[in-house]
Amino acid sequence: MAFQFDWQAAIDAIPFLLKGIPYTLMISFGGLAIGFVLGIFFGLLSINKRWLLRWPAVAYIEIFRGTPILVQVLFIFYGLPDIIGGPIDPLVAGTAAIALNSGAYISEVVRGGVQSIDKGQGEAGLSLGLSRTQTFWTIIWPQAFRRMIPPLGNQAIVSIKDTSLFSVIGVGELVRQGQVYIANTFTAFEVYFVVAIMYLVITLSLSLVLRAYERRGLASV
Amino acid sequence: MTQIVQIKGMNKYFGKLHVLKDIDLSVEAGEVVVIIGASGSGKSTLIRCVNGLEEYETGALTVDQRTLTPKGGNQKELYEIRKQVGMVFQQFNLFPHLTVKRNIMLAPTKVKGTSPTDAARIADTLLNRVGIADQADKYPAQLSGGQQQRVAIARALAMEPRLMLFDEPTSALDPEMVGEVLDVMRELAREGMTMMVVTHEMGFAREVADRVIYIHEGQIVEQGTPQEVFDRPRNERTQAFLSRVLQH
Repeated sequence: MAFQFDWQAAIDAIPFLLKGIPYTLMISFGGLAIGFVLGIFFGLLSINKRWLLRWPAVAYIEIFRGTPILVQVLFIFYGLPDIIGGPIDPLVAGTAAIALNSGAYISEVVRGGVQSIDKGQGEAGLSLGLSRTQTFWTIIWPQAFRRMIPPLGNQAIVSIKDTSLFSVIGVGELVRQGQVYIANTFTAFEVYFVVAIMYLVITLSLSLVLRAYERRGLASV
Repeated sequence: MTQIVQIKGMNKYFGKLHVLKDIDLSVEAGEVVVIIGASGSGKSTLIRCVNGLEEYETGALTVDQRTLTPKGGNQKELYEIRKQVGMVFQQFNLFPHLTVKRNIMLAPTKVKGTSPTDAARIADTLLNRVGIADQADKYPAQLSGGQQQRVAIARALAMEPRLMLFDEPTSALDPEMVGEVLDVMRELAREGMTMMVVTHEMGFAREVADRVIYIHEGQIVEQGTPQEVFDRPRNERTQAFLSRVLQH
């Protein structure tokens, strides 16, 4: 018996699957926004001259980059309630996992971006009488940020896809919606096909926006 | 005469390497001091100590009546000194994300609190002075090397410095652009700017310098008027250096 792709089943699944997209986007972009703040904070600490400040940042980066995000979210969702004495909302757990995980990677992006700027830039700022803080935020950071855009976009795409793992803690995101739907219809091929297309639409849109932004930014350099 | 720079018994090390040895040097207001020497002799390091881009280990340094203590002590004085001392680098070090005009406006607005309108006026005047008023709204990468270096000079002048440091300002330039940068520096000297210039341009040194200093392995081995140093060098190392560089 040859397999036949059931277009009607795929189309029927769309409205139910679409309900997962707000959760996917909320966790991804909420987590990434916090991750960006964490990344700037720990990324800059990780290149501080004082080891007492550098060391905790490096520890954070290594721990969250060196363990699977699935383990991290399971730990937050099932492990942490034992300590704090109450359940954690799966949405909060998922967002926290994306934030902490992407924050570690973004720290490295920030470090790389800042270190790639020529030493002469900082020297020029200081020799004009600017303070270290002024030199960093008006001269180094704007140039470093421009170089960080491609790897940041990369991280955003990775994190969006990582949210699919949070079906295991019951977040009603895309994959979870798919699983629930399939449990009633047994149309796994069609449903996962549509799920895959929906991820692709999200990630491709992001790529396009980033490319446009990059072109505009680079035009002035 | 007022002394702008006073260096006494300065020693500097890079790790174990002794790069400046017991340097004694003072520069008077309006004086143009040209420092020559082989690569690695410590001449760039010396002027980078004057605005605290490099720390020194022992000795004393006074710039415009402010004391910069060894090992980067006294940050407050350091910032005051940097406001009064302009620096021009070999690699220009313009800010690539800002237009030419914004490059020049940055320090007056951020450091002195000059209003953007006044800073823009200062920038226009200076760009006119270095001969590139028509490039104000371009980005540094759109300019030739000679133009970029002239912007860098204008950027330093915008802070109205009492002293200008030049660290091999023409070494990264194509030969045909060296002249336009030296012209600006010559003009600056003529207007009475106090200058410390590290350069390999012996013709410029001979013509513009009030005093030429020859550094060899971190030590000042000879100094005097250009005529004294170039025509009648007393030290044999100066003689050897000059015969090498003046051949071509």
